[in-house]
Amino acid sequence: MNLPMSWLNDYMDIDVTPKEYADRLTMTGSKVESFTSAGDEIENVVAGKVLTCAPHPDSDHLSVCTVDAGTGEELQIVCGAPNVRSGIIVPTALNGAKLPGGIKIKKTKMRGVESNGMLCSHDELGITEETLGYTPEYGILILPDDTPVGKDIKDIFGLNETVVEFEITSNRPDCFSIIGLARETAASFDKKFTIPEIKFSENNENIADTISVEVLDKDKCKRYCARMVKNVKIAPSPMWMQERLRACGVRPINNIVDITNYVLLEYGQPMHAFDLRDLQDNKIIVRRAENGEVIQTLDGQNRTLTSEDLVIADGGRAVAVAGVMGGFNSEVKDDTTTVIFESATFDASSVRLTAQRIGLRTESSSRYEKGLDYHNTVPAVERACQLAESLGCGENVGGMIDIMGNVTDMKALPFRPDKINAFLGTDIPTETMIKYFDALGIITDTGKMTVTPPSWRPDLVGEADIAEEAARFYGYDKIPVTLLSGEATCGGKTDRQRFSDAIGAELTSQGLYEIYTYTFTSPSLFDKLNIPSDSELRNTVKISNPLGEDTSVMRTTITASMLDTLARNYNHRNPSARLFEIGRVYAPNGEGELPNEPQKIAIGIYGGKTDFYDIKGVCEALLAGLNVKRTRFEAVTDNPTFHPGRCAKITAGGKTLGVIGEIHPSVSRRFGIDTPVYIGELDFETMFKNAAPDIKFKELPKYPAVTRDIAMLVDKSVPVADIEDVIKKAGGATLEGVKLFDVYEGEQIADGKKSVAYSATFRAADRSLKGEEVQAVFDKILKKLEGKLGAQLR
Amino acid sequence: MKEKLEEIRKSALEILEKATDMNALEEARIKFLGKKGEMTAAMKEMRNLSAEERPAIGALANEIRTSIESHIEGKKAELAEKLEEMKLKAEVIDVTMPGRARQTGKLHPLTKVMNNIKDTFIGMGFEIADGPEVELDYYNFEALNIPKNHPARDTQDTFYISDNIVLRTQTSGIQVRVMEKKKPPIRIIAPGKVYRSDAVDATHSPIFHQIEGLVVDKGVTMADLKGTLEMFIHRLYGNETRVRFRPHHFPFTEPSAELDISCFRCGGKGCPMCKGEGWIEILGCGMVHPKVLANCGIDPEVYSGFAFGVGLERIAMGRYDINDLRLFFENDLRFLDQF
Repeated sequence: MNLPMSWLNDYMDIDVTPKEYADRLTMTGSKVESFTSAGDEIENVVAGKVLTCAPHPDSDHLSVCTVDAGTGEELQIVCGAPNVRSGIIVPTALNGAKLPGGIKIKKTKMRGVESNGMLCSHDELGITEETLGYTPEYGILILPDDTPVGKDIKDIFGLNETVVEFEITSNRPDCFSIIGLARETAASFDKKFTIPEIKFSENNENIADTISVEVLDKDKCKRYCARMVKNVKIAPSPMWMQERLRACGVRPINNIVDITNYVLLEYGQPMHAFDLRDLQDNKIIVRRAENGEVIQTLDGQNRTLTSEDLVIADGGRAVAVAGVMGGFNSEVKDDTTTVIFESATFDASSVRLTAQRIGLRTESSSRYEKGLDYHNTVPAVERACQLAESLGCGENVGGMIDIMGNVTDMKALPFRPDKINAFLGTDIPTETMIKYFDALGIITDTGKMTVTPPSWRPDLVGEADIAEEAARFYGYDKIPVTLLSGEATCGGKTDRQRFSDAIGAELTSQGLYEIYTYTFTSPSLFDKLNIPSDSELRNTVKISNPLGEDTSVMRTTITASMLDTLARNYNHRNPSARLFEIGRVYAPNGEGELPNEPQKIAIGIYGGKTDFYDIKGVCEALLAGLNVKRTRFEAVTDNPTFHPGRCAKITAGGKTLGVIGEIHPSVSRRFGIDTPVYIGELDFETMFKNAAPDIKFKELPKYPAVTRDIAMLVDKSVPVADIEDVIKKAGGATLEGVKLFDVYEGEQIADGKKSVAYSATFRAADRSLKGEEVQAVFDKILKKLEGKLGAQLR
Repeated sequence: MKEKLEEIRKSALEILEKATDMNALEEARIKFLGKKGEMTAAMKEMRNLSAEERPAIGALANEIRTSIESHIEGKKAELAEKLEEMKLKAEVIDVTMPGRARQTGKLHPLTKVMNNIKDTFIGMGFEIADGPEVELDYYNFEALNIPKNHPARDTQDTFYISDNIVLRTQTSGIQVRVMEKKKPPIRIIAPGKVYRSDAVDATHSPIFHQIEGLVVDKGVTMADLKGTLEMFIHRLYGNETRVRFRPHHFPFTEPSAELDISCFRCGGKGCPMCKGEGWIEILGCGMVHPKVLANCGIDPEVYSGFAFGVGLERIAMGRYDINDLRLFFENDLRFLDQF
């Protein structure tokens, strides 16, 4: 909402700088976004008359002019505009002038001819076509013939006005008006504020003799007022009105339309003007639209309505979409002679829904949808009549049609100053509160201890709302600053939150960088990942109004997000990357149910001398660091996203915890990565549930260990995990640990076999082991290896 | 005899004093203390002394021998120290060459800032709560006093899953979920992803992060709200940062406020970053609306509370001087490695 300061001064005397004004209003709750004076950047530009105009001797597009700019001398100015000619009056930047964008005009020579200024286009002055109200011819801006030579351009276009731009919140429809802002201003500066009395003369006819109004839906139409003006002469409105409209971002059209817009801005009450000739049967009927009823609105678009939409109709057809926009069929035209001013109150959500359905948001609908005051319709329509008279655009017909619908009035609220102070933590005297309330139009009854908000404040419905009014005029900055008292709370993180932190700590210590990715994705990524068509992963939570197809479903796997990120780094020529993410995936639970949102940990690596065992090492270290118990890695050959020979499932306590492996080259190529990529996707909850929360200290050994090596040949297909299992089982309590130190295939090893070597450590807690004790266990291990795995010992 | 011994002592100490290397010391040792050395020869002459003289001269000889030995040892240590010093001087390296570090990774800047914020509030007795991202319309809007068709819904362009399920547009729904389950005193913060149907640019993202805060107890005041958030801002941006609370409107708080801080770039003088205002809008807050309390079964006549919501990206951008929101989600290593 824009507020021209001069308009404010119609209601009060306010003599502070724009900056002081903006600061104060911001602190009482009407946030000032900016304050500008359109002419701030313009200096020394005046209306000048082109006396002579001749071609430049040395150029085929420049002209040499003499200009009378009221300076007492004829100025020679070189001009490049195609439309320059003698006799026209144009904006003339004098020597030393300033133009928007920091441009300075100085005396200069153009192709050898002296030029003492510049003739300007509207663009060069920062004046928009919107401001002009028309599209000027290409070139310099030609001013009306009666423009006084020498007049400052800022005065001609009203560029001296300071315009304050407010951000008005949706709870304050009253502040979408000059009067509403004036009221806030008065309360903020403790000033007197008066709305001038509206006076105008009426003829002795009565509108009711000409036209009838009928309201069929009294819930959607809460009040309908109409007045009539005859002998109308359509013409441009006066400059001062046009300037104010423009300052508020409204394009001037003609006197009658400008009056409706002026009143809309001033009172916050949308108005409409119908051409009486176009109202069939001289009737106005406020009714629901027929399903499928079509109306062409003022912007020329056809709008198809439903029976939920309210229209203003005449005897035969809709002539306006109530509260949104008038119809093309009944608009005010150049030859209009009689107009009907409409000033009505429509139901907020009805207007909002209609505006949404037909996709048309207007100055009018955006006010109605916030809830307008039905008391405002009469002053608004009367103000329109007053303006019609003072602008001399017609004769006001006597009487007003005023039809009430179903309305509710503001309720009195309890006024408990102690409660307000206790709530705010303040000590505001009751009289001070009452003073603020008075300024806002809130009526205090000190006998009953109640407050009744004014009709234009639909937002004041509870005591907290009243407390806010007291607080914002007392000043939020004056409310003391205290720390929480009351019952102490322990605070802190939950076990799961700490576990999540620990994952981050473990993975960063493994050299991984954390990433954050988008959680919605493209449905096509399942094909990209080779995920089978019947996979449960393809069952997604779908966004009904996505930004685009590629962000239309919630992810069911975090792997794709990781691949995308690795690909981006690869494309940015980062030679290697080690990344992780802790994030959610979304598993649907059926219609109308919220999905599950399990947390996953993604690990992704490429580049350097990376192989499968790097990502496995990261996972092992992570699981060990988190004290996750009973973990196992098993080969997986049928996960189509991964390399069939380099993929493993991780289990903990028999439950699947995740999958890791080398991404299938066909998949990584689709993501644009030409090097092996290793990814792991682990489940947070399974990890958490299998992690032993407590660490128990083991005594440091007091007796020496005995180390023996075991070397054997086994079938190539035997996983070392199986060998280890056999050794551990056979080794029993005496075996302290076993460590793989060599695997070899190739020369000197039979085909289909591999050589595997372990180092086994034996120790007893209570004594030094004797040689024969160790040998007995060692023999048992060897025997089991031969028996269970067919190992040939070497 | 006595004179002779003293003579040996004198010449030994002189020689030792002049010795400059280990060889000279060894030679001196042999010369005086060796099997054929002067002291040994002198000791042999002890036989010729009378029994009365012998003990005194013997003691003297022993004393001189020990003295020479300890001088040799002392000189040895002195020389060894010198030698080592010389050796170390030769072992000079270029200390400006790069060090060798074990390569570790880093947490994302958003996590770092989030951890910082969590620490501050945990210190004030807050717990950390959580809620679903795919959320019922009821929790995201209706229970927060934003009924269907309320104009306030316009300010948050919502992704819908179905008529009554949305991608949460704010973490505020967690307030309701917490209050439904837990009775006061409540002090929580709830960080998480939120979704708005905004196109991506340098300052907008359809996915970003908020941190919700909620305090409900008997006698919680707006002054407490100011104190708590001021402390938070001071922890985050330093004590010199000025804080301004300004009236605003949110449907689920009343009174509502926006918190501005003095611009961290210009300190409040006005610069392009703060659009010349000197202030930067940081978060929205207010006293929990009595209707919201009542919706959750908490009696607003007995309890009061405050709530706030902070945009994590905005805080992190200010903190690290990051100029483009997209960088957080692009995860280029050259970006991630800077934090």
